[in-house]
Amino acid sequence: MKPKALNDNPFMKPVEWASLALLCVLIFGLLPLALDGFRLNLVGKYLTYAFVALGLVICWGTCGILSLGQGVFFGLGGYCMAMYLKLEASSVENTKIQSTPGIPDFMDWNQITALPWFWKPFHSLPLTLIAVVLVPTLFAFIVGAAMFKRRVGGTYFAIITQAIAAILTILIVGQQGYTGGINGITDLRTLHGWDIRTDTAKTILYFVNGGLLVACVLVAQFVKRSKLGRILVAMRDKEDRVRFSGYGVASFKIFAFCLAAAFAAIGGAMFTLQVGFMSPSFVGIVPSIEMVIYAAVGGRLSLFGAIYGTLLVNWAKTTFSESFPELWLFGLGALFIAVVLAFPDGLAGIWRQHVEPRLTRRAKAAPAALPQGAPAE
Amino acid sequence: MNAAILPGATAGDKDFLLAVEALTVSFDGFKAVSDVSFYVDPDEIRVIIGPNGAGKTTVLDLICGRTRATSGSIKYKGTELTKLSESAIVQAGVGRKFQTPSIYDDLTVFENLEISFPRGRSVLGALMFKRDAAVRDRIDEIAEMIFLKDQLDKRAEFLSHGQKQWLEIGMLLIQDPELLMLDEPVAGMSVAERKKTAELLHQIIKGRSVLVIEHDMKFVEDIAHRVTVLHQGKVLSEGSMERVKNDPKVIEVYLGH
Amino acid sequence: MFGEYSLGDLGAIFAMQGFAGLILFSVYVLMALGLAIIFGQMGVINMAHGEFMILGAYMTYLCSGFFQAHLPALFPAYFFVAMALAFVAAGALGMLVEWGLIRHLYKRPLDTLLATWGLSLILQQAYRSIFGAREVGVELPSWMMGSVQATDAIEIPINGLFVMAVTVLITLVVAGLLFASRYGKQVRAVMQNRVMAGAVGIDTGRVDCLTFGLGCGIAGIAGSAFTMIGSTGPTSGQLYIVDTFLIVVFGGAASLMGTIASAFSISQTQSTLEFFLSGSTAKVITLLAVVGILMLRPQGLFTLKVRR
Repeated sequence: MKPKALNDNPFMKPVEWASLALLCVLIFGLLPLALDGFRLNLVGKYLTYAFVALGLVICWGTCGILSLGQGVFFGLGGYCMAMYLKLEASSVENTKIQSTPGIPDFMDWNQITALPWFWKPFHSLPLTLIAVVLVPTLFAFIVGAAMFKRRVGGTYFAIITQAIAAILTILIVGQQGYTGGINGITDLRTLHGWDIRTDTAKTILYFVNGGLLVACVLVAQFVKRSKLGRILVAMRDKEDRVRFSGYGVASFKIFAFCLAAAFAAIGGAMFTLQVGFMSPSFVGIVPSIEMVIYAAVGGRLSLFGAIYGTLLVNWAKTTFSESFPELWLFGLGALFIAVVLAFPDGLAGIWRQHVEPRLTRRAKAAPAALPQGAPAE
Repeated sequence: MNAAILPGATAGDKDFLLAVEALTVSFDGFKAVSDVSFYVDPDEIRVIIGPNGAGKTTVLDLICGRTRATSGSIKYKGTELTKLSESAIVQAGVGRKFQTPSIYDDLTVFENLEISFPRGRSVLGALMFKRDAAVRDRIDEIAEMIFLKDQLDKRAEFLSHGQKQWLEIGMLLIQDPELLMLDEPVAGMSVAERKKTAELLHQIIKGRSVLVIEHDMKFVEDIAHRVTVLHQGKVLSEGSMERVKNDPKVIEVYLGH
Repeated sequence: MFGEYSLGDLGAIFAMQGFAGLILFSVYVLMALGLAIIFGQMGVINMAHGEFMILGAYMTYLCSGFFQAHLPALFPAYFFVAMALAFVAAGALGMLVEWGLIRHLYKRPLDTLLATWGLSLILQQAYRSIFGAREVGVELPSWMMGSVQATDAIEIPINGLFVMAVTVLITLVVAGLLFASRYGKQVRAVMQNRVMAGAVGIDTGRVDCLTFGLGCGIAGIAGSAFTMIGSTGPTSGQLYIVDTFLIVVFGGAASLMGTIASAFSISQTQSTLEFFLSGSTAKVITLLAVVGILMLRPQGLFTLKVRR
C-alpha cells in the first residue's frame, strides 16, 4: 500500500484509459468495418443521443439534477443546424417556382413572404456553428439561473423542465410557417456546398460525430475529476454543507446544467447532419425522458456506460420495433422499471460489481508474485 | 424581561468581532428569536445555552445566513451580515458546524477536507483547482488533529458517528474561520469520543472566536469564557458561568422543573 | 384581441367559455386531486397518472357498451355505475402497483418518476393490445345532453353541471377523509415521519397502499368525466400528465384548496384564451404563464404562509 499514490488524482485511471481505447476501437474500427453504410449511419444516429446521455451523467448522475427537458437542447441544436442547411437548400435558383423564391418551402406554403429576422443569421456557417452551441446553452443558463437561484431542485425541477419540453413542442408544431410545423425542417441537401446525402459524406460525418463524442467524453472526464466534479457530488449529498463551505451552489448547478445542454446541442446538430432532417418529435416529453433511460441503462455515474447504454437501448429498439412492434413498448417499460428496481447503477454497475472483480482476481492469480494492490473498491 | 446586556456594550462595535443587535425573526407570527443582542470579543469562547426551542440553533442560522432576519443587525468585524449571501458570509470568515454530522458520504475523507480548503471557490477556480503540496500538507495536518490520519482514503459514509463529527470539525478548521460556530459538537458521542472531542476543541479554539451551543454543562463550564442563556427566543441572562448559574431567572427556567 | 367585442359580449363570452370549461375543470380537479394526494402527500411522482385516468375512461366505455347491449332499460343510470367501476378498477390497479413497485422506492423520488414512466408505457401498450389503437367514444344517456338556458347568451351544459356536482362531492369526501378522519391523521403521520409512525403502531405499508390506491381511484373517476370531452385512446392520458403536474405544483403541492384554485385558474385561462386564439397558442400561453410564475414563486401560488 502506498497511501500517497491513492490520493493522487490522475486524469484517468488505467481502467478508464482502457475503456477509452476500447470505445475508440469500437467506434472508429470495428463498427465501420463490420457494418454497411446504412447500418453505420444508424449507429451514427444512435451516437448523437449519446451526447445527451453524457450530459445527463454530469447533470443527473454526478450532481443529482434530473432534467426531463434534454430533448429541448438536442432539438435547439438540431434546429439551428437545420435552419442553415434549409436556407442553403432554398436558394433562389432552387425555389424559383415558389411565389416568394429564396425562402424555405414551408414558409411559402404558409403565405410568408419574407424571411423572419431570427432566420437571417443562419445564412452564415460560422454564426450557425456558434448558435448551435450558444443558443441552447444560453437557454439552459436562463432556465437554470431562474430555478437554481431560487433553490428549486429535485422533483420540481424535473417537472418544470418537462413542461418546457411540452411548451416548445406545441410552439414548434403550432408555428408552422416559421418552424416547418409537425414535419420539421426536411429536404436538407448541402453543407457549405458539400452534399451531405452521399454515402461518402455520411461515412465522413460518422467519423466526425465519433470524434466529437470522444472529445466530449474527455471534456466530461476533465470536469468529473476536477474539484468541481467532486463539488457536484458533494452537492448531491449535502447541499447545505457545500453552501456553508463558501460555494455559490447555484452557479455550480447552472454550470452542470449548461454543460449537459451544450453536449445535447452538439448531438442534435450532428443528428441533423447525419439524418438529414429535424422535427419536433425529438424535442418533446417522450424523447426527453427516453434519453434519460439511455443514461440510466448505461449507469448514471459512468461516462462510458452512458454511451454503451445508448447504443444498447437504441439497438434493441430498432431490432424489436422492426420485428415485434407490439412488444417493444412493453420491453421499454420493463426496462425503465428494471433499471430502477434492480440495477440502479446500470451496465456500469454490473461491470463494476461482477465483471471487474473477476478480472482482477484472475489477473492477480496469474502472476503470483504481484504485490497486493487491489483497487480501493 | 430585559436582557442583561454587558455594560458598555453599545459603545461603538469596532472592537467586537461579532455584534448582534435587536435580532428578531418571526415565522408567520411566531417569534423564534426576539430582540436578541449580544457581543462576542475576538478570541472569546461564548457558549449559548437554553432549553429546547429557545432559539439557539436559529441564532446560528441567522448569523450564517441560512435564515433571514426579520429585523435587527448582525455585524461581523463591522460588516453587516444580514444582507450577504451564505457563501459570502463564509468567505468573510464565519464557519458553521451543523447539529447532525453534515459530511459528504460519497467522497473520501481526503476529498471531504479538500472541498473545504479555501481556494478555488468559483466555478472556474474549482475547475482549475490543483491538488498541490500546500493542499496536501494542510489536509495531512488537519487529519492528524482530528484523529483521522489513517482514514484519509476511506469513504466518509463508513466512519463512525464520532469520526463524522470530527471530520466536519476538520472541514471547518481547514477553512480557518475567525468565527467558528459549533452546534452541539459532542451530542451523541460515546464517553471516550466526548473526551477526545473536548481535547480537540481545546486545541482548535486558540486564536479564534467560537460560538458554541451545548447542553453538556460540564463541558460548557470547561470551555466557556462567557455564557448567554436564551429562553423563548430572548436573552435571559449573560455573563460568566458562575454568574449565570446563580441567576435566579436561569435557575427558575432550567432547574425549576 | 378584445377590440371587436362590447363589454357585454365579453362578459357573456367569459361566462360561456367558463361553463364550457366546466368539464375540463372537473377533469383537471379530479386528476390533480389524485395527484396531490400521491405527489403532495406521499412525494411519489406518478407519471402513469394519466394512464390510470384512461383506465377509468375505458371502464366507462365498457359500461356504456354493456348497458346498451344488455340492460338498455337501465342505460340512463349507467354513468353512476361506470364512475364507481372506474374508481374501483383504477384504485385496485393503483394498490397493486404500490405493492409491486412504489413501496420499494419511497426514498428515491426521482426514481419513482422513471419507474412509473415505464409503467405508463406498459399500460399504454396494454390498452392498445386490448382496446385497439383507435380512439373510442361513449354514448351519453339522453338526460345528460342538452343544456340549461341561463340567460339569452349563456347556456350551461347539463353534463357539465353533473360532472361538476360529482367533483364537488368527491372533493368534499377527500377533504373529509384527509383532514377529519382517523385515516387522514394516519396518512399525515406516515408522510411526516414514516419510521416514527411505524413505531407508534400505524401500519405504514397499509396506509401507503390505500393512499396510492385512493389517488389512482380518483384519477379513474376523472377518466369517466374525461369521456365527455374527448375520445379515449391508449395515449390520451399522456397529454394530461404535464398539465396535471403543473396544476399540483402551481397550487402548492401540499394544499388541497390550492390544487382546486390552481385547476380552476389554469382551465379557465385556457378555455377563455381558446375562444380568441388557436388551441395551441392558448395552451402555450397558459403553460408559459404557469412556468413563468413558478420560476418567480417556486413554492406555488396558493400556498399559505404557514410553514417553511
